[in-house]
Amino acid sequence: MSAVTENTAAKPQKTPARINWVWLSPFLYTLGLFVFWELVVIALDMPPTILPAPTRVFQAIVQYWSPIWKNSLQTLYTTTLGFIIAVVAGLALGLFIGWSKAIYAGLYPLMIGFNAIPKVAVVPILVIWFGIGTVPAVLTAFLISFFPIVVNVATGLATIEPETEDVLRALGARKMDIMLKVGIPRSMPYFFGSLKIAITLAFVGSVLSETVASNYGLGNMMSSAQSQFNVPLVFAGLLMLAVEGIAMYALMAWIEKRMTGWAHRSTMAN
Amino acid sequence: MRLLEKSVQMADLVSIENVDMRYGGAAGTLAVSSLSLKVGKGEFAAVVGPSGCGKSTLMKLVTGLQVPQGGTVIVAGKQVTQPISIVGMAFQNPTMLPWRTTLDNILLPLEIVERHRRRLRAHRKEYVEKAERLLEIVGLKGVGSKYPWQLSGGMQQRANLCRALIHEPELLMLDEPFGALDAFTREELWCVIRDLHAAQGVTIILVTHDLREAVFLADRIFVMSARPGRILNEHRVPFERPRDLEIMYQKSFNDMVHELHGEIAKARVAA
Repeated sequence: MSAVTENTAAKPQKTPARINWVWLSPFLYTLGLFVFWELVVIALDMPPTILPAPTRVFQAIVQYWSPIWKNSLQTLYTTTLGFIIAVVAGLALGLFIGWSKAIYAGLYPLMIGFNAIPKVAVVPILVIWFGIGTVPAVLTAFLISFFPIVVNVATGLATIEPETEDVLRALGARKMDIMLKVGIPRSMPYFFGSLKIAITLAFVGSVLSETVASNYGLGNMMSSAQSQFNVPLVFAGLLMLAVEGIAMYALMAWIEKRMTGWAHRSTMAN
Repeated sequence: MRLLEKSVQMADLVSIENVDMRYGGAAGTLAVSSLSLKVGKGEFAAVVGPSGCGKSTLMKLVTGLQVPQGGTVIVAGKQVTQPISIVGMAFQNPTMLPWRTTLDNILLPLEIVERHRRRLRAHRKEYVEKAERLLEIVGLKGVGSKYPWQLSGGMQQRANLCRALIHEPELLMLDEPFGALDAFTREELWCVIRDLHAAQGVTIILVTHDLREAVFLADRIFVMSARPGRILNEHRVPFERPRDLEIMYQKSFNDMVHELHGEIAKARVAA
């Protein structure tokens, strides 16, 4: 009896100075990737014009810091602007589509068709309309990122439990009441969840447009670096994009958690 | 004495006559056919029957969520042609909104029902007190500030009953409200419903497939046929109120459950 209690009491004493591996692992894995990459370049004796080692890429970041910084801000600006427009338009259209089954049925195929169009084919049209530069980049970011927001908001509205609707309708609730009291709060977790997907897509859109039709931005910087065979600078641009993408994603995840904490604690569809 | 009083003033609150209800157009399935039943004011009626017999359709007809193609549904002296706000409903799924506290969930009907929604902002305190009284009656004192997902299934169902009663409905419609609960919690909630019925004088229609539940709670039991549903038989439950859980172990109780069981088994075969 006493041996058992001793045993259980002794165990927790080992824990205090424990390393939080879960918290550390993203950093360790990233570091691991760079080390692996460096070793591959050394082992295969790759020339920097084909695959520059990470040390060479970091060196390029330092060397070209001024243009990298300027173009990163430009890309962040076009992406964020396009994303914000997508949030507003996506939320509005999502609520509109989710309002009734007829609107949903009518507009959904159109949306799918529109989403299936490669955005690279749309950029030249935007250039004809608005010229090259910031505007087509913002619009491409918007066009590519608003679809997941629309679909998610509409889904949140379309999946209201029929019992909830019956309870409220039996009390004399109008469509507007049900939307305000149930539909919109219910679709918020779907909405905030879709922001994470939308922001990463927005980067794809803006960089795509900058590459094809702009004199600014990381997309433009990388395409001109490529034409000069400055491969380390191309990789530096990619690295900056990845950093911006992770930062914005983390921001969206944080907002999601702050706004709809209840959805993480409850199972909505029980 | 109380029983006598009741039977004297027992006007029909719900009166369904010869109702036909078909879903999905002229060629659709007939859910109920020449359905007729009457439930008196203050009465506790139970509806039992084989699964798919149109019990849920009955719920929708009485609450005005569905308007029948044939026959008439009259509730509180008026023909039902649209949703009527004098009913409260509770389903097997408690459908509490997870972003609202339990108290705010219970107050939700007041934000909808016309005669309350105008008063709610100015008289919020009075309504909150009422909600807290209801919570106390169902044994949930002090949990109003908790979120529904912090409550157990049985507690959520109790809160669900409070929500169904907050706007003082004349008629309470219960659709298998205890189906998803364990046996002991279910029996506890039977007692809660029994006491609510006795204290509030509300008319209750309980749709269930638990025959013991029906016999324990109801004054009258309607047996429905298989689809298309109609009333096959009607039983008056003879046991005196207030009833104790102990009566479930009496022979007369079990005989009644047995008899109902036989009728439903026959109705299933006939289908």
